[in-house]
Amino acid sequence: MISRRRFIEGVSAMGIGAALGTSLPFSSAQASQGEGEPKKGGHLIVGIDNASSSDRLDPAFWFETYMYFVGSQLFNNLLEIDENGALVPSLARAWESPDRGRSWVIDLREDVLFHDGRKLTASDVVYSLNYHRTPDSSSPVKVYLDPVTAIEATGSHQVTISLATPDVDFISLLASVHFVVTAENEDFAKGIGTGAFILENFQPGVRTLVRRNPDHWNPARGHVDSVETLAMNDATARVAALVSGSVQLINRVEKRVVGRLESMPNIRLLRTRDSQIFTLPGLSNQAPFDNLDARLALKYAIDRQQIIDNVLGGYASLGNDNPVFPSNAYFAADLPQRPYDPDRARFHWQKAGFSGPLRLSAADAGFPGSIDAAQLYQQSARRAGIELQVERVPDDGYWENVWRKHVFVTSNWSNRPSADGLLSMVFTSGAAWNESFWQVPSFDALVSAARGEADEQRRRQLYHDIQEVLVNQSSTIIPLYADSLDASSARVKGITATPGFPLSGNRAAEKAWLEA
Amino acid sequence: MVSAWIDAARRPLPRLIGTRLALSLLMLLVVSMLIFAGIQLLPGDAASAILGQSATPAARQQLELRLGLDQPALSRYLSWLGGMLRGDFGVSFSSGQPIAAALAYRLNNTLFLAGCTALIAVPLALLIGLWSALHRGSVLDRGLNALTRAAVSLPEFFSGYLLILVFAIWLGWLPSSAAVFGEMPLSTRLYFIALPCFTLILAVLGHMANMTRAALLAIQQESYVETARLKGLSPWCVLRCHVLPNAWPPIINVIMLNLAYLIVGVVIVENVFVYPGLGQYMIDGISKRDIPVIQACGLVLAAVYIALNLLADLLSILANPRLRHVD
Repeated sequence: MISRRRFIEGVSAMGIGAALGTSLPFSSAQASQGEGEPKKGGHLIVGIDNASSSDRLDPAFWFETYMYFVGSQLFNNLLEIDENGALVPSLARAWESPDRGRSWVIDLREDVLFHDGRKLTASDVVYSLNYHRTPDSSSPVKVYLDPVTAIEATGSHQVTISLATPDVDFISLLASVHFVVTAENEDFAKGIGTGAFILENFQPGVRTLVRRNPDHWNPARGHVDSVETLAMNDATARVAALVSGSVQLINRVEKRVVGRLESMPNIRLLRTRDSQIFTLPGLSNQAPFDNLDARLALKYAIDRQQIIDNVLGGYASLGNDNPVFPSNAYFAADLPQRPYDPDRARFHWQKAGFSGPLRLSAADAGFPGSIDAAQLYQQSARRAGIELQVERVPDDGYWENVWRKHVFVTSNWSNRPSADGLLSMVFTSGAAWNESFWQVPSFDALVSAARGEADEQRRRQLYHDIQEVLVNQSSTIIPLYADSLDASSARVKGITATPGFPLSGNRAAEKAWLEA
Repeated sequence: MVSAWIDAARRPLPRLIGTRLALSLLMLLVVSMLIFAGIQLLPGDAASAILGQSATPAARQQLELRLGLDQPALSRYLSWLGGMLRGDFGVSFSSGQPIAAALAYRLNNTLFLAGCTALIAVPLALLIGLWSALHRGSVLDRGLNALTRAAVSLPEFFSGYLLILVFAIWLGWLPSSAAVFGEMPLSTRLYFIALPCFTLILAVLGHMANMTRAALLAIQQESYVETARLKGLSPWCVLRCHVLPNAWPPIINVIMLNLAYLIVGVVIVENVFVYPGLGQYMIDGISKRDIPVIQACGLVLAAVYIALNLLADLLSILANPRLRHVD
């Protein structure tokens, strides 16, 4: 196990150590207490959704939960996120930025072997990270590495990453599930990693079988002898399989059956808070979103709690149009929560003077329950004299034809390891995924200043200002932070919730052990 | 079907088969064009379907280039057709793997499930139909009739979940998921597919049994059957020599229709029981706009359908001496 001291060293090297002392909104570590010493052995069967016969082991093609989960069994990242939401070492032993975020020096562990017996060196890491940066790469994390100017081996076990602009949080991006390490010049599709499990059989869209890696570098991980991850896209089939004992762990439990599972003594629910934000972006360069009063009216006209209760069965926390998650160290908890206030909404809407109905295009592709949420919004807005027209659009082609094209739509974003993650990917002018066309130069300046600010106090203030702008002005309504719900048999121990990242940060398989 | 029998009465059997096969090839060509055109009409292309929300214009362009989507639709279709004629199913857009191997595995699973279901459902349906026809109006006949009709009218996703609830959750006898893989021994495989098999039996049994009963009853009304009975032949002999030969063609047709259904129409059952069959593979292909995969699945399914229909006609001819005579 990694020592506490080393962990703290790693964190303070990043310059955010002070921020981690803040009280956490919940404690998930309790789950692992009183479970005793992990037992070795057994066969773990897992049912995971979002599997497809087109799945690949290559991380540039991981788009959904199934591959995140399977890939994390075979491969390791340089660092991970622990149950307190803090960055902790994995293949990287320590990291620091000698020049306030302009370059990053990462020291690797020296005792790590790949599944085929090769030793992990810096060149493997350079190869694996550069893999996402090649000009012809279509990797979903390519944009994360856009600011990178060079990734070089500066020692047999040291990698240095240089950035065009300073980013004191850059290192946390490397905890993203895609940045896994394989051997130099090796094809990722062979599944040769350093992970706790070795690939036996991969049948896309059917199942993946792995066996325990006897030479795994981390003795605290990899307890069961083998893991079988079944592709179970049907939510009811997953629950049935868990209840009947065919599988011992499932993901994405539907909110409507949670109540029944809670009452079963042999089933344990794993609740991961802050897993996603559900968003309602409006195109800020088009009417009515080009008007601040109209935006405020729409923010006041949505009954957030009603959507949480009726669409998500209560498994979400109130959102305040703020894309920074409450579990993030820089979350501005002092900003007042905007209430549902039809009178104020009516006032602002009339002041904006927008005539005619506003079309809200919804599909469950945007976020699950979009259509129900849109209809609730329609009703609560009507009481404020705002006429919303809910248009049901097909899931197929949603991201291409509706999102960022229609004036008011539904969308979602998964949690990112840093506060900057979503801000610079979704809310800055040049961002590839700016879904509301929110293009405010002074806001961009704030985001880039916060990214490069090494002084903790000033950085905190900058992030506070950023959130204040979004809460009071933005063109994106963020009604809630959704939980994610996994469930396991009570026999499965050792799985702790990682805030923001379901399935224990995708590493549930290597953390789990089976009680006899 | 009637026209097929008349055709058969006029032409020699091999010629019939030859024409049907030639027509089948033409039909497959048309099917492939329809599928291709249909996919072009769907919103979204392969590149954006694969990348989803994470698509950036640059990533989409890279992927389109790699998949050859920058070519015009007609030339993509022709190059696919060319590969097909050489027996090359091509490579999946989204997984980058050759399609033939995945398709063979999935088809094998689908045929296994359909075969096991048919082995139980077809004899059972024939027995029920026969017995009901012979004991028309009895309590058991009415009971069986009501039961089989009830089973047909339950949608499969409902009966499937019902069976899971009873056999997997309450009784704990059978597994709720039927995820089978290559190296599984036959006995385990049978154990795993028990519930989906049972669900499918419920879905097809009623139709076949009812049609068998109706066909037999209709022929028993005929005057030549009455004559045979008055002649003093035993009931069994009347059935075997006079009723069954005339009843076979409609019965065979119904059976073949249901067999075809078992192969092409079970995607819901596959989904409920997590069975890695052809239907699921095709749905995956459609959701990723993976044209080569959809084409391959569509063609295999169409071929199965055509082959089963041809087989139905041939069996009808063999079963009924009247249809066999050619000049």
